[in-house]
Amino acid sequence: MNIIEKFTKDKKGKKSIYKCFFGGEFLTKYIKFILIGLATGLANGLFGSGGGTITVPAMVLLLKKEEHVAHATAIAVILPLTIVSALLYISNDFINWGLTVKVMIGGVVGGYIGAKLLDKCPSHVLRKIFALFMIAAAIRMIF
Amino acid sequence: MILFLIGLISGIISGMGIGGGTILIPALVIFAKPDQHVAQSVNLIFFIPTAVIALIVHIKNKRIDFSVAIPIIVCGLLGAYIGSRLAITLPGPVLKKYFGFFLLVLGIHEMLRRKEGNIQKQGE
Repeated sequence: MNIIEKFTKDKKGKKSIYKCFFGGEFLTKYIKFILIGLATGLANGLFGSGGGTITVPAMVLLLKKEEHVAHATAIAVILPLTIVSALLYISNDFINWGLTVKVMIGGVVGGYIGAKLLDKCPSHVLRKIFALFMIAAAIRMIF
Repeated sequence: MILFLIGLISGIISGMGIGGGTILIPALVIFAKPDQHVAQSVNLIFFIPTAVIALIVHIKNKRIDFSVAIPIIVCGLLGAYIGSRLAITLPGPVLKKYFGFFLLVLGIHEMLRRKEGNIQKQGE
């Protein structure tokens, strides 16, 4: 009997709460929901972005969702989290409305185009370019 | 004009669900040079109308799985509160550096994720 078995079985040798907890499909699913939610909310609040970059792969890999469903569901998840974070930033005066409005005008037009493209365009090539941009920008921001 | 273009490109990417903020924030910090917190707040506020428009299109196309979205949102709200409070207490240059590391991890992850996708496709 290995150490893990000792800790996960009670005196009668029955499987303990640990096993039932993680073995049960129902609870496992909800633990995944909690972890995905907390990680997404934390990153999105702390860095003001990146929620989608966590939620989409988490839903694909952990919850076995189709990529297009995961992309769309991620937006539904991140919207309320973003509203909470935005209110906290604004109430602490971390805001420049002039800058925000100019970027937003471009963003609204782009968001509509992007959602339309999701149905037609495979995003693999875009991802490749996108990842390179991220790494280059990251190095520039750290040093 | 540069601000409009940064918004447009980030909007297209976030509308596709890839995560436009990870391009918008570094682009803003590099080209417009605001405080890191302000760049992040621009992205948060910018995301709201963009997401609403994208969401309308996705709801019409029945792409959203609400049975997954709702429990994740409930836990996410707590995370969002803690994360935002933490960001507010950090000085701008420190937050910028942390953001850089976060971006680096996400960038490398994007690279690795494609390989996983290929394996899944081969297995199908």
